[in-house]
Amino acid sequence: MVNTVTVAESQPAIESLRATERDIWRVLERVPDPEIPVLSVVDLGIIRHVRVEQGAIRVGVSPTYSGCPATAVIRALIERALRTEGFEAIRIDEVLSPPWTSDWITAQGRGKLKAFGIAPPEETVSRVRHLFAAPRVACPRCDSTRTERVSEFGSTPCKAHYRCLSCAEPFDHFKCI
Amino acid sequence: MSVAPAESRTLAPDAQRSRYVLRLADTSLILGQRLAEWVGHSPALEEDLGLANLSLDLIGQARLLLTYAGELEGRGRDEDQLAFLRDGPDFFNVALAEQPNGDFGRSIVRQFLLDAWQLELYSGLQHSADRRLAEIAAKALKETQYHYRYSASWMIRLGDGTEESHTRVQTPLDELWRFTDELFTSDALDNEMAALNVAPKLAELRARWLTRIDEALHEATLKRPKDVSYPWHGKRGQHSEHLGYLLAEMQFMQRAYPGSQW
Repeated sequence: MVNTVTVAESQPAIESLRATERDIWRVLERVPDPEIPVLSVVDLGIIRHVRVEQGAIRVGVSPTYSGCPATAVIRALIERALRTEGFEAIRIDEVLSPPWTSDWITAQGRGKLKAFGIAPPEETVSRVRHLFAAPRVACPRCDSTRTERVSEFGSTPCKAHYRCLSCAEPFDHFKCI
Repeated sequence: MSVAPAESRTLAPDAQRSRYVLRLADTSLILGQRLAEWVGHSPALEEDLGLANLSLDLIGQARLLLTYAGELEGRGRDEDQLAFLRDGPDFFNVALAEQPNGDFGRSIVRQFLLDAWQLELYSGLQHSADRRLAEIAAKALKETQYHYRYSASWMIRLGDGTEESHTRVQTPLDELWRFTDELFTSDALDNEMAALNVAPKLAELRARWLTRIDEALHEATLKRPKDVSYPWHGKRGQHSEHLGYLLAEMQFMQRAYPGSQW
């Protein structure tokens, strides 16, 4: 019976905690990736946890690439967005494991990428791939799969450079890692 | 802003492990710095971007590793102090990483040999008994797979290209091969880390590395040079004359204006 009493007493507290966490997620959904601003950090799948602990907020963030210069900017943007919304005592945890994979980009995020003109990564990352077996990438403008890779590396660490052989449009492809 | 790994930051100082992690960190850092020298000078815009991307990944890996090495050392040195305030004999990268860029072909050969090595090394390290090291290795491995695809595809394109392009990779391959022995020759520290399951046994990586190298060289119509047992000891701090010049450039700002930030 003691347990029941405890649970009954703390229930509202837990619910308020959950509500705060939901509020934080909503703020994060509006924090853009600095290099692909149509994507939020939530769309990108790099937010690993949101915890409210004794009044302090902890947000777990994974880097996409070890050396991506956007990583520090992303942390600053998250912190600033939360402060603007009145949150304080914010701590950003760097979460390395398991490492971020492009599989974690949300379905909504993939749609936004395509609309922005970036071919989204394929659904699943195939681990064993022949040296030159490049993925079949569809042109984000005309959907043709008659495309060719111009360069393994594009304008940012997460993108490769492609061109469409049907409509001749050059475009970026979000790499699969 | 407070940025910290999810786990506690307090670690028992571990001088040996710190030194081992520094070897990994320095190889990535020095190779990353070499590739950064290409920025603005590559034969084509795509390669400028490609080499810069590789450089960024490597420097990113080095930052994670240097930070960890500093924590293990327990003397309060952070990634910047370790990168910018150590002298040559205190760097423990393998000597191949510091070899000058030369032309694009030579840089590709150096990259190809080291990418293939880092692939095997990180594959082993992702199962390290040291959890933090295992996490960094798992992340780095994904990036290294991309690096290898890049450098191996250029080896094949150049090797199986014209007579001129073939020579431009076969010659540096013959010259740089003597530095590869160091990649697989373990010393007391390597053995100690392997015994603790912190690191894979270097000698065991060699066969897989050779298979990978041979596969690409065959397709590239290039000849694997004869093995030369030549005692390079970059990972013990004994370097070729090239490292000092690289450090002079990389460290200039912090040496001239200590503590400067932007």
